[in-house]
Amino acid sequence: MIAPNHAADSAPAADEGREIRVRILRQDAPGQESYWERHAVPYEPNMNVISVLQRIAAGARSADGRPVAPVTWDCNCLEEVCGSCTMLINGRTRMACSALVDRLLEEQPEEIELRPMSKFPVVRDLVVDRRRLFRGLERVKAWVPVDDSYDHGPGPRISPEEQEDAYPLSTCMSCGCCLEACPQYTKIEPVRREGETGEAFAERRQGAFDRGFVGAHAVSQAMLFNAHPTGKMIADERLEALTSAGGIQMCGNAQNCVAVCPKAIPLTRSIARAGRAATVWAIKRLFDR
Amino acid sequence: MAQPRVVVVGGGLAGLSATMRLAELGVTVDLLSLVPVKRSHSVCAQGGINSVNALTRQQGDSEWKHFDDTVYGGDFLQHQPPVKEMADWGPRIIDLMDRLGVPFNRTPEGFRDQRRFGGTLYKRTAFAGATTGQQLLYALDEQVRRHEVAGRVTKWEFWDFLAPVLDDTGRCRGAICQDLVSMQFRSFPADAVILASGGCGLVYGRSTMSMVCTGSAISRAYQHGAAYGNGEFIQVHPTAIPGADKLRLMSESARGEGGRVWVPRTPQDPRDPRTIPEAERCYFLEERYPKYKNLVPRDIATREIFDICTTEGLSVEKDRPCVYLDLTHLPRQELDRKLHGILEIYEKFQGVDPRDVPMKIFPAVHYSMGGLWVDYQRSATGGMEEGSPRNHQTSIPGLYAVGECDYQYHGANRLGANSLLSCIFSGLFCASGVIAGSQSSKRTAAEESSRLFDAALRREQDRHEALLGRRGSGDNPYQIHQELGALMTRVATVVRRNEQLSAAYDEVCALEDRWRRCAVSDTGNWTNQNVVFTKSLGDMFPLAKIILIGALQRDECRGAHFKPAFAVPGLQATDEAARRREAEEWCDRFASNTARWLKSTVARPGADGHPQIAYEDVDTSLIPPRPRLYGLVGADLIEEVWRERQQASEARVGGTGVGSGRPLAATS
Repeated sequence: MIAPNHAADSAPAADEGREIRVRILRQDAPGQESYWERHAVPYEPNMNVISVLQRIAAGARSADGRPVAPVTWDCNCLEEVCGSCTMLINGRTRMACSALVDRLLEEQPEEIELRPMSKFPVVRDLVVDRRRLFRGLERVKAWVPVDDSYDHGPGPRISPEEQEDAYPLSTCMSCGCCLEACPQYTKIEPVRREGETGEAFAERRQGAFDRGFVGAHAVSQAMLFNAHPTGKMIADERLEALTSAGGIQMCGNAQNCVAVCPKAIPLTRSIARAGRAATVWAIKRLFDR
Repeated sequence: MAQPRVVVVGGGLAGLSATMRLAELGVTVDLLSLVPVKRSHSVCAQGGINSVNALTRQQGDSEWKHFDDTVYGGDFLQHQPPVKEMADWGPRIIDLMDRLGVPFNRTPEGFRDQRRFGGTLYKRTAFAGATTGQQLLYALDEQVRRHEVAGRVTKWEFWDFLAPVLDDTGRCRGAICQDLVSMQFRSFPADAVILASGGCGLVYGRSTMSMVCTGSAISRAYQHGAAYGNGEFIQVHPTAIPGADKLRLMSESARGEGGRVWVPRTPQDPRDPRTIPEAERCYFLEERYPKYKNLVPRDIATREIFDICTTEGLSVEKDRPCVYLDLTHLPRQELDRKLHGILEIYEKFQGVDPRDVPMKIFPAVHYSMGGLWVDYQRSATGGMEEGSPRNHQTSIPGLYAVGECDYQYHGANRLGANSLLSCIFSGLFCASGVIAGSQSSKRTAAEESSRLFDAALRREQDRHEALLGRRGSGDNPYQIHQELGALMTRVATVVRRNEQLSAAYDEVCALEDRWRRCAVSDTGNWTNQNVVFTKSLGDMFPLAKIILIGALQRDECRGAHFKPAFAVPGLQATDEAARRREAEEWCDRFASNTARWLKSTVARPGADGHPQIAYEDVDTSLIPPRPRLYGLVGADLIEEVWRERQQASEARVGGTGVGSGRPLAATS
């Protein structure tokens, strides 16, 4: 969504005339060539990348004054909890809302560079299609398999230690930073064939997703639910998913995921746990035959 | 008849809980959302969710007291049966969310921990760190994903609700929606449409709300004839972090865990706040409200913070109004365990660690108590009748509203941690009635003539094309939105004055006129955010008018609606007899004001584009309205006088309360 555009409450005179230069990798639609476009917006204190994009959308002119279509991007909560606004900022995958301009300019004073995530198909400009990420949650059955939503009394008793272990995993906002940084998670972008129905294409796309690496976020969610007293009732089904094509065995242990996670979720700990659980499960299955 | 098909618009707590319950009952649900449902605004709710619990119960708490706190905190402006039902469901809803895997904080023995929130003296609030909304939303998102895999739910994410489809009897038969990626239109025939589209904070420009909270869905329903209730009641949260793009919420739980609000007694004291001695600090909430201290209801805390900065000139900074919210006296480990999420937000966006340095905060627009008018059926026990098709139905049959976008639960002011409860409750509770309502219809939406949907779809297409084809005056929609937000924030938030409201109404009409002539800068038909925003901006004007006209006409103070010209001061006299006389007068004035103004504002779209306002009696048959006396001078005496009068009147009429008004039936 394009957010509203507001001037800051007060801009000190010292910064008058100062401009922030921004270089954006744009793409008009899927399958089209991407191209760089430069923009400039007046500097204000305490800006974040979202407020820079708001000014750019409102102005709808490039740095050389040419009228251009407004830049498109995803955002919603603007407080780093909804997971919408992931992009590559100065080459680093992160949330645009918590990327403060003053910090970025300290790192790289000449300009700010914005690119869409590279592991997901571009929809337009900085908007990418992350449905594969959500498909990952389906693959590992990331839910508690309750009977129904009627009243059956409270949930299981849980110790503070278990809660403190589970809570950080449960703050995963599906932003996809861990996937963007992962060498094993590569872009899957099937194109609809001529004459192919929507349903047939969706099915083929899902098949392609399911052969690809499921990703650190989904592995971690599987471990979250396998540790829950009710969730673990289908622990084997999750381990089955984690040991089939695109499962935990694809993890190359680069550990990039944990380094870029904006919520500092202990993803590598989840991966290690999943690896051990998968081994135990494979051996158990061998003997159960 | 076959199982009905239902469209749910919005995938926050209310929309997801409705979807989950409907899917369980065998209904096929189309769930539409502007964003992937996991990214809905409910993620921003921080502090917790209220319910009487095992612990508070043993301290004398009950469902009835939760109900009483909610209507007293809301200044009695809500029909009581739905609120009673919600409070009764509280414990079951917390238990359910617990079963769904929400990682609520635990006591050493492994029970759910609770904290205290505003407007109550009990620790009623269950919480998961300081991201409770996020955790509740995820649990529901997971269940809905499960139903989606099983084929009972189809999600339509990045879709915009444009209009309800009404048949020749005025019944809702589905919706027209637009794909925000391909910009294609599609009609969704449905036996019922449930709006769960949240609040309308963007009418105020910057607020604590997310960017999707434009109010466009409810505005579109209103423009098609759905009545709108109590629009002027907008909650301004006492504590938010000012920002250029957004005002970020700083949860009430910071105060619930012991946070203290203060300002230096010396205006704009330049010293480091940590070095200012206790004696030179003014803990104004604690001084003025010795009973509730920092946890007075939100409308009161907001006005105090606003006043101390504007009227009393004690803002911490000179150019920017703000006060200190101080957590630095609390143990770090405890803070991390219970408030980590909000401390992280402050740290990330302000670059200062609030464990070491007091935070600087100021009030911000936060929640809309008002929303689409919805009906309910009263049960024999004074609650809401489960399974009645009237529950949560708007004035358009077949069109329902739940969550923040209905007007039902919070009256003139919402208590903290009650919104998560009302959202989940209304979503779950409405489902059985929605099914009963759609089965009572003579024919299904699927049997409806396709001409009906084609015509509705074409209307929306034409509007869209017209917007793209505008050759405008050069006026920029973002500029117009900025002006609208600034205007609304200036006149229709904490303090309201008739001359300003009336002038603002004309200004909004002028802005709307400019909007009609503005042009979009992107005329393409692929992921065109520019045209989607411009369309939603157009739908903000009817809401702004409802808010302004409702506020203008309501000549009283009630909850979040404060007009200094109609404020009733506390007792002034020092002499006992005179004081008693003043208390009697105070109560007379309260009684006459109740008779005149204890009514819901109900707005309907007028033919001339101006809202037509009517007033509806409030069902206060369970708890008779009483003066809301938080911190008022002479409160004890006023309360005493009021109680004597109540007892006398009960003796006269044999025990029933006053004002047992019946709600309006839905007009058909």
